[in-house]
Amino acid sequence: MYTQGLDQKGQPSAGDGLESQADLDAFQKRVDAEEKIEAKDWMPEAYRRTLIRQISQHAHSEIIGMQPEGNWLTRAPTLKRKAILLAKIQDEAGHGLYLYSAGETLGVSRDQMVADLLSGKAKYSSIFNYPTLTWADIGAIGWLVDGAAIMNQIPLCRCSYGPYARAMVRVCKEESFHQRQGYDIMVELCKGTDEQKAMAQDALDRWWWPSLMMFGPSDNESKHSAQSMAWKIKRFSNDELRQKFIDVTVPQAEFLGLSVPDDDLEFDEKSGHYVHGEIDWQEFIEVIKGNGLCNKQRLAKRRKAHDDGAWVREAAHAYAEKQAAKQAA
Amino acid sequence: MNDKEWPLYEVFIRSKSGLSHRHAGSIHAADDEMALDAARDTYTRRSEGVSIWVVRSSQIVASDPAESSAFFEPAEDKIYRHPTFYKIPEGVENL
Repeated sequence: MYTQGLDQKGQPSAGDGLESQADLDAFQKRVDAEEKIEAKDWMPEAYRRTLIRQISQHAHSEIIGMQPEGNWLTRAPTLKRKAILLAKIQDEAGHGLYLYSAGETLGVSRDQMVADLLSGKAKYSSIFNYPTLTWADIGAIGWLVDGAAIMNQIPLCRCSYGPYARAMVRVCKEESFHQRQGYDIMVELCKGTDEQKAMAQDALDRWWWPSLMMFGPSDNESKHSAQSMAWKIKRFSNDELRQKFIDVTVPQAEFLGLSVPDDDLEFDEKSGHYVHGEIDWQEFIEVIKGNGLCNKQRLAKRRKAHDDGAWVREAAHAYAEKQAAKQAA
Repeated sequence: MNDKEWPLYEVFIRSKSGLSHRHAGSIHAADDEMALDAARDTYTRRSEGVSIWVVRSSQIVASDPAESSAFFEPAEDKIYRHPTFYKIPEGVENL
């Protein structure tokens, strides 16, 4: 069961089945009035569970997301690029930590969230199960993957749950650097030799569709969407955000002189939006189910890192206990 | 008569839901319950808050001001952490 991080005076604990219709209505009224819900406020169990699921998945994505980029850390082309990539990956770890702490305000312990990731019970974004084959992939990730993440995260800054919204404000402030450094890599490659430009095109070819899948299933398939919209956890539907992303990203690709790998892509003058081709949802489902190119490798590496770090955690405990004993003596 | 000084508490106030608690000041009180009441009476007489945290000042671990330049120095030379470090080519939008 959940632990409760903050002492909660005179309130029924979570999950005791005391949800009256009056409470639920009052809660919805607060949400409709754009009031923020805070950790100690009453909330429906389903709202709490939805947020725990979403925030922990979001946190896990940041943590696992360090791996594809970490793959190129020791092979970055210059010291400058290496320092930038290192700083970016460190930010991703930081984003994971902001999010885990937002999750903890809902009464789930950090150890529990981490255990759920390591056991494979909890999910993380499908995008991090694709391999980074060349240096251009680091550019494509910053530009496309972080670009898609920004699109998704900006509305989350206005999410009804205060601690999540505030964590997102922090994250969004830092994302802009991530996207720009990625685009900067792409610009450099596209100004380079034919081979370098081909490398950039190849990266776009491989990352375009998986980036579109980051927004999740299409609106008629998305099972959590309607309730999340009513609770103002979500502000825009998956398809709306995906469309926004395509609309701003295609001109950026054109500027680079690269072609978006979608034969059906065309600009519709009437609506002012790009019309795109069919997304391969079977691929998305397979990756989510654990059958992507790197799912097994990502989890194995995360587990190994956790196990390899056990002695550090033990040593820190031992040191703290020794110091406490010394002070007591 | 026991004239021992009451412990010091730091007071944090959330001015409205959606915002973080911010440090407002401190009060002395004999226990946690009285600290909350005293904080309310001292810092929110004009409805300045919707939530109050009090914490014993002795429980706060603070960085040492004398060490602050060395403590924060590692972040100073990493200008590439800021988006303004990157030149966006003319004509590229929404980055």
